[in-house]
Amino acid sequence: MTGVESKTFVEARTLGKQVSTREGVLTLLDDINFSIAAGTSVAILGASGSGKTTLLGLLAGLDMPSSGDVMIDGRRLNDFDEDGRAQLRAELIGFVFQNFQLLFGMTALENVMLPLELAQAPHPRKTAAEILERVGLGERLGHYPNQLSGGEQQRCAIARAFATRPRCLFADEPTGNLDSETGKHIIDLLFELNSEQGTTLVMATHDAQLSRLCERRLRLDAGRLVTPEEIPADG
Amino acid sequence: MADRAQHRNLAFLWFTSWRMLWRDWRGGELGILAIGLVIAVTSITAVGFFTDRIERGLQLQSAELIGADLVITSSRPDVFDHIKDARAQAFSVAITQQFRSVVLGNDRPQLVEVKAVTTDYPLRGVLRVSDTPFGADEATTAIPARGDIWVEARMLQLLDLVVGDKVSLGAADFTIRKVLRYEPDRAGDMFSVAPRVLMNRADVDATDLIGTGALVNYRVLIAGAPGRIGFYRDDLAFSLRQGEQILTVEEGRPELNTALEKARQFLGLAALISVLLAGVAVATVAWRYTNRHLDTSAMLRCLGAAQRTIIQLFVLELLWLALLASTVGCVLGLLTQFVISGLLDQLLLTQLPPPSFRALLLGYATGIVMLVGFALPPLLSLRQVPPLRVLRKDVPVASVSRWFVYVAVVLCMFVLLYWQIGDLKLVSIVLGGITVTLLVLAIAAFGLIVLLNRLRGRVGVAWRFGLANIARRPASSVIQVVAFGLGIMVMLLLSTVRTDLLDEWQHSLPAKAPNHFVINVQPDQVDGITDYFRARGVEGTRLYPMVRARLVEINGKRVRTGDYESERAKHMITREFNLSWAEQMQVDNTLEAGDWWGREDFGTPLLSLESKLAKTLGLKLDDVMSFDVNGTLIDFTLSNLRRVDWDNFNINFFTVVPPGVLEDKPASWVTSVYLDDQQRQQLGELVRSWPNVTLIDVDTIMKRVRGIMERVTLAVEFVFLFTILAGLAVLYAAIQANQDERRFENAVLRTLGAKKHTLMLGLLAEFTTLGALSGLLAGLAATGLAWTLAETVFRFDYRFDPTVALSGIVSGTLIVVIAGMLGTRSVMTHPPIQTLREGAS
Ligand SMILES: Nc1ncnc2c1ncn2[C@@H]1O[C@H](COP(=O)(O)OP(=O)(O)O)[C@@H](O)[C@H]1O
Ligand SMILES: [Mg+2]
Repeated sequence: MTGVESKTFVEARTLGKQVSTREGVLTLLDDINFSIAAGTSVAILGASGSGKTTLLGLLAGLDMPSSGDVMIDGRRLNDFDEDGRAQLRAELIGFVFQNFQLLFGMTALENVMLPLELAQAPHPRKTAAEILERVGLGERLGHYPNQLSGGEQQRCAIARAFATRPRCLFADEPTGNLDSETGKHIIDLLFELNSEQGTTLVMATHDAQLSRLCERRLRLDAGRLVTPEEIPADG
Repeated sequence: MADRAQHRNLAFLWFTSWRMLWRDWRGGELGILAIGLVIAVTSITAVGFFTDRIERGLQLQSAELIGADLVITSSRPDVFDHIKDARAQAFSVAITQQFRSVVLGNDRPQLVEVKAVTTDYPLRGVLRVSDTPFGADEATTAIPARGDIWVEARMLQLLDLVVGDKVSLGAADFTIRKVLRYEPDRAGDMFSVAPRVLMNRADVDATDLIGTGALVNYRVLIAGAPGRIGFYRDDLAFSLRQGEQILTVEEGRPELNTALEKARQFLGLAALISVLLAGVAVATVAWRYTNRHLDTSAMLRCLGAAQRTIIQLFVLELLWLALLASTVGCVLGLLTQFVISGLLDQLLLTQLPPPSFRALLLGYATGIVMLVGFALPPLLSLRQVPPLRVLRKDVPVASVSRWFVYVAVVLCMFVLLYWQIGDLKLVSIVLGGITVTLLVLAIAAFGLIVLLNRLRGRVGVAWRFGLANIARRPASSVIQVVAFGLGIMVMLLLSTVRTDLLDEWQHSLPAKAPNHFVINVQPDQVDGITDYFRARGVEGTRLYPMVRARLVEINGKRVRTGDYESERAKHMITREFNLSWAEQMQVDNTLEAGDWWGREDFGTPLLSLESKLAKTLGLKLDDVMSFDVNGTLIDFTLSNLRRVDWDNFNINFFTVVPPGVLEDKPASWVTSVYLDDQQRQQLGELVRSWPNVTLIDVDTIMKRVRGIMERVTLAVEFVFLFTILAGLAVLYAAIQANQDERRFENAVLRTLGAKKHTLMLGLLAEFTTLGALSGLLAGLAATGLAWTLAETVFRFDYRFDPTVALSGIVSGTLIVVIAGMLGTRSVMTHPPIQTLREGAS
């Protein structure tokens, strides 16, 4: 891949995160550096507790780093206030969680309409219905999350994440709460949409096999990037 | 062995529950629960301590009417034989001796009522004296020194004397040392013609007046602990000799009692509302608390804890909390009570008895019943939490029959409150009113939320979020609207209705309420007296006739005290009735049953009876009361019942008959007038022109009643502070109620790119809607409740005020928006990833 001039979309620069607890200061992430080119897919691989969720949170601007910078599309997240980051998220970023995080009082359709409305997209209802149709929930528009199975909930969450056609999607163990069969369907869907929309995909997982579906892999261990750059496939 | 295991298990439960309490406390879970409890316990104990003291104070106050707890009276001096016995039982004893005689002063004779007393007189109540006839009076515990007398102002005027002058009484000379302004046990003698002379009993012999055939009334006054006095009285009943009679505490002065009764009602109302509000706050938070503990519970089950153990643990934890919070509440209640009684202490004729500790018991009972009661129903549902919940949050939790428990809690609260407040009607109305209000609020809120849900597809983005927020969680929205509504309703009640009620009450004793009674006016003097007052600028003086009569039979059956249970009934049937006659009913009376008579009924022996007395005696319309009027038996048929406000100092009668029945009987006339200070100075003239006419000055007692009203108002306002605190606690609890959900939603929305601005607008829309809804409902409820209270408990005319609903909406919106925005600040600043990590759903 060397020599190929591709535009960097996500970049971490000496990124660090510490939290203070009763027992003292705890370092969750330490000196993380990497960059992800636009349109590529990258897996962040690591055992549970290694700091994957923390890292994705920082990359998506859902939390602030203690040191270092996150660059999204050439912009330094640290330069933005909370609203600016929200604006960036609305325009550029989608997020899929391990435990779906749908709003329980809203129907599937309303959940998917949310980001569209927030980005003030035209025809939110129509767009949302279409994408739900695309993930196979066309018949379930008016259903509430607790009327959907786990797999269906995650489909709905994926539809919500892709609804605004984000340039970059962060997925935090998207199959972590699902059985392997359902998980496989979800992953297929994720990658399909990813390639349809040309999205940059950053997926956290503890599953080495799953990580192989991505073009690149980064390995986290106790808050540090073990191999700062490329892990050769099957290496 | 098994025993030891059991002990270990018990120790485990105690320690674990205690640790759980601290853990939850650190987690900030229990703060509002504790605050709600403390408020409830504080207000109930404060008012409890206080009403208890007032109650006993009232009893003492009634005792003042006879100057003791018990009096043995006789016309023979051998009544003093009882003294030894009473002293032997460690009762306080005093002696009075009363007779009529003539005082010579300024070379003029004046018939007087002499009362000779011993040092401790009166045993209950205090004498009030002054240095000039109408000067400032002060309480005293002394009695006249030897050689001194204290006399009523009237005598000074009759004889043109001043304090310091000498007069002679029988064979002895005395110096007038003080003006006697108030004599607690004078009430029964109100109609006496001659002015009072109070002297030291040691001087009686020197007068040489006794033993010359003068009619003397000897009294032994006895006071002691209530229980022992009761026994003593029962014993006495057997050892009484001929001519001896026992007087016991009957009814107090009606005017003062009414004022204090109202005071108790107001304070009780304030306490009630605080307790109920605090209960709502506790219930609201308990709901969230248990919701949060669903997971702990499931986890403990997974770890192998028995269901029973889990429930025991939670109940114990709550008990710990209830004990701690109740202790704090009781201490605060005791302190508060000192403030209240500090405000009122000087106003009672007696010192208040010290606080009794019954209220403490009640404080703890309230704390425990409230917390365990309101938290138990959701707790019981914990038992049904399947261990599976650890794995899947959406596993539904079967709900137990909470209604049953809530009904039980309400009943418990009812008993507790009734025990404490002691006013069945007030407690029922307020508790019933609040329960009904809660239901109505809940139903209305639910309906409105369903309507909103329809609306949410059609509004702009911020409103859409706001409305969706409300509609999205119907259960907690209903709870919120109800809690907000209740909080606002109470504030409205307090801000508008409280002043209305208090104002009405103070107006019931207008500034120019009569402060003098003129009695004993003979028929041929009526016109003269009326003219006298008119000439001195006192308008509209109306004199009322009255004829003394004794009740002999009811429905043809001789009345006997033994036939009546209540002391009051016994007292009423034996006392002399004053029958008055009138064409029209007095304007300040209200007809409660039957019809007032017309011209065609004049001359017919009909009777209009005061309704409370009718109730005491168990009489109804068309019953026949036969009175002995000056030796003639007349059968009166009960034709109507009137309600009389005794507290306005107007002349009023228990019994009124049509004109044309009693005119030929010996009547005297009475009236009441308001005289200002200048007019009072001229009263001597009146007394000189009509020496037989008796003037009774009630200015002192009126001032006292008025003072009580003012201070009670202060005390009530003070207690209402707690109600406001409780209201705020409810608001806070309501905001907290769905804080977790709100936090989670906001985290998700922010992840999806919602700006603070949008979220704020959404919250604003949500709180505005919630506030306006609750405010509207609260305004309507407050009006309804105020009307009910005014109509049924306080007996005022409530003026319907449509602006209450409006101010409900406005204040509701403002309060909820401000409280809501403040309360949700942390929701906005918490990094979303942390919220989502905590997995709030
Ligand atoms: N706010 C926090 N306070 C303390 N510890 C935290 C906090 N957030 C995360 N951690 C800890 O940081 C480590 C990394 O967490 P996380 O990023 O969730 O790991 P992963 O997603 O790889 O399982 C874990 O040990 C976790 O317990
Ligand atoms: Mg994780």
